[in-house]
Amino acid sequence: MTTLTLGRALNEGMRRAMEDDPKVLVMGEDVGRLGGVFRVTDGLQKDFGEERVIDTPLAESGIVGTAIGLALRGYRPVCEIQFDGFVFPAADQIITQLAKMHLRSLGAVKLPVVVRIPCGGGIGAVEHHSESPEAYFAHTAGLRVVACSNAADAYTMIRRAIASPDPVIFFEPKRRYWDKAEVSTDVALSDLPDLHAAQVVQPGDDVTVLAYGPSVKTCLEAAAAAAAEGRSLEVIDLRSLNPLDVDTVEASVARTGRCVVVHEAPVFAGFGAELAARITERCFYRLEAPVLRVGGFSTPYPPSRLEDHYLPDLDRVLDAVDRTFAW
Amino acid sequence: MTIDSMRDRPPEGGLVQLLTPEGERVEHPDYPLDLSAEDVRGLYRDLVLVRAIDREAVALTRQGELGLWASLLGQEAAQIGSGRALTAQDMVFPTYREHGVAYCRGVDPLKLLGMFRGVNHAGWDPAEHGFHLYTIVIGSQTLHAAGYAMGIQRDGLLGTPNAGAAIAYFGDGATSQGDVNEAFVFASVFNAPVVFFCQNNQWAISEPLERQSRIPLYRRAQGFGFPGVRVDGNDVFACLAVTRRALENARTGQGPTLVEAYTYRMGAHTTTDDPTRYRLRTDEEAWKLKDPIERVRAYLRRSGLADDAFLASVEAEGKDIAADLRTRCRALPDPRPEAIFENVYAAPHALMTEEQEAFAAYLASFEEEVA
Ligand SMILES: Cc1ncc(C[n+]2csc(CCOP(=O)(O)OP(=O)(O)O)c2C)c(N)n1
Ligand SMILES: [Mg+2]
Repeated sequence: MTTLTLGRALNEGMRRAMEDDPKVLVMGEDVGRLGGVFRVTDGLQKDFGEERVIDTPLAESGIVGTAIGLALRGYRPVCEIQFDGFVFPAADQIITQLAKMHLRSLGAVKLPVVVRIPCGGGIGAVEHHSESPEAYFAHTAGLRVVACSNAADAYTMIRRAIASPDPVIFFEPKRRYWDKAEVSTDVALSDLPDLHAAQVVQPGDDVTVLAYGPSVKTCLEAAAAAAAEGRSLEVIDLRSLNPLDVDTVEASVARTGRCVVVHEAPVFAGFGAELAARITERCFYRLEAPVLRVGGFSTPYPPSRLEDHYLPDLDRVLDAVDRTFAW
Repeated sequence: MTIDSMRDRPPEGGLVQLLTPEGERVEHPDYPLDLSAEDVRGLYRDLVLVRAIDREAVALTRQGELGLWASLLGQEAAQIGSGRALTAQDMVFPTYREHGVAYCRGVDPLKLLGMFRGVNHAGWDPAEHGFHLYTIVIGSQTLHAAGYAMGIQRDGLLGTPNAGAAIAYFGDGATSQGDVNEAFVFASVFNAPVVFFCQNNQWAISEPLERQSRIPLYRRAQGFGFPGVRVDGNDVFACLAVTRRALENARTGQGPTLVEAYTYRMGAHTTTDDPTRYRLRTDEEAWKLKDPIERVRAYLRRSGLADDAFLASVEAEGKDIAADLRTRCRALPDPRPEAIFENVYAAPHALMTEEQEAFAAYLASFEEEVA
């Protein structure tokens, strides 16, 4: 076990994947010499060379499009999109090409491409640097979509994602990059936890709180605050949005009868809507209240001086918990 | 040859220059330029003032008043030269670094600070200043400029005194984006009145020009079917003359031009960047000798167009503008929380109303608790 920041854990995970498989490449804007604007790829170019850690021209469609070509040639590219708001120039390649090639080739073509996207707000940034675009990709069949929330998971999930035979959209909670945790780095790939299994990160009895990415920490803090008032929150870190581990969710909600979903993305047509619908289908007769959603407003991400209002914080989570009990 | 040793080579293919780094006026057959003493003093003043504004914004960022700033240090001549070539009918499509052009368009520098302070996403009305909103997504605005130019064309104004042109600003890095290349194609096939003004400051964050292009950028234009010209981006006279000519060509129906202003980003990419990780101090030192302001000052002195009193008065004016900006920046109020819901749509929208009311009730619930 070593103590690593989330950013460093991703770095170590990619490093390990590159050591284990010479076909693994890292590519993106400023990922080489600079080590990425968040330093997540720091040192990789120095250690693996410019052929494997590629500072690309400034073009996201180009990054993902050429990653597809490299994958066709047997490589496993790990693309970095510098910020969430800049994935959209690559959306065409991701949605029309990356997601569909396996199906179109009747299974002949596999595209093991990882697209890493730092996501979420809370860092006081300018426009396009704080968004949560996961729903667009979760909505696209053919992509696996995951979001890590802590350093230990970041390490295992990035290794699992790189090993995946399918394309993976990999969301990283940028404001948690500097959060530290104990990480075990001496594990064989086959012994790593399933990429798509949800995890109960705080057991509890009264209400199930579902979160992923940056919101998990917020929900754990809410659980601690609620415990002080005698309320027991069970917090589940979904880790994977597609596929979704509905069984773990169902087992919890069937017990608690109450559920609150938390994400930073706008609530309207957000991922929480899918969760609420699934839970309703699976747990209808055991629900004491409707599934409540806490998230960003259905507006563009606001200027940073207003982001504290926009982001679901501990109070907004607890408010929803109160409401589910008052139903 | 390493990237760093390539940085100081003179650009291949030459460039249009009307004022040498030493402050010597030179002629170029294609770009005659007649400037009165007052014109030259005016350009000098512009350069000094935008540098003062920029320097103050960097300081305000260090003091925590702004979240971020993208400095134009080193690019003053490219921006003032091109900015002063514009007329009221022209429309500018800037990136996040065009503070000097904004200044030329009469945008109060305070308004530029808004998005960097996090109080808004851009605080001005584009039509009022002929200056569109700053665009952060690299390259997007070049297509808007091409489309705007197609509009000018369809208004039937080209060749008339009321004709304007569109001008898109973008960086060397941006030339790799699909949008920029699509803008070139649209502008070309429709012969749209647009000037593509690329400030090649040699860097896209940590990536040197060589990562975007194997040929000089201005030569890209040829392949798209319109002229490209490279100008000394640290020479305010040359930038003025070249942009003026390109705009005039556009306004008279002769189509687009790509101007590559060859310059250097003297500062960090933004205040959060650390250039020591990827470039050599000696590069910066070499470019310092080509400073856009020093050469005009040298010319003013050499030609007797300005005395020490004038130079001192401009310095003083820069200090005053900076001090005033500082005071007004600090006094900028935080936006009202309700602003989150305002202006998302042009017409009333039920979900906005619903969420805004729920939010107000939520905020009020805390006030009750406190009371
Ligand atoms: C589509 C997109 N991708 C990535 C970024 C992140 N980014 C901001 S500035 C920049 C470099 C831009 O370089 P250049 O076009 O040369 O302009 P400069 O900053 O040098 O003025 C990058 C990669 C962005 N803003 N938009
Ligand atoms: Mg540049």
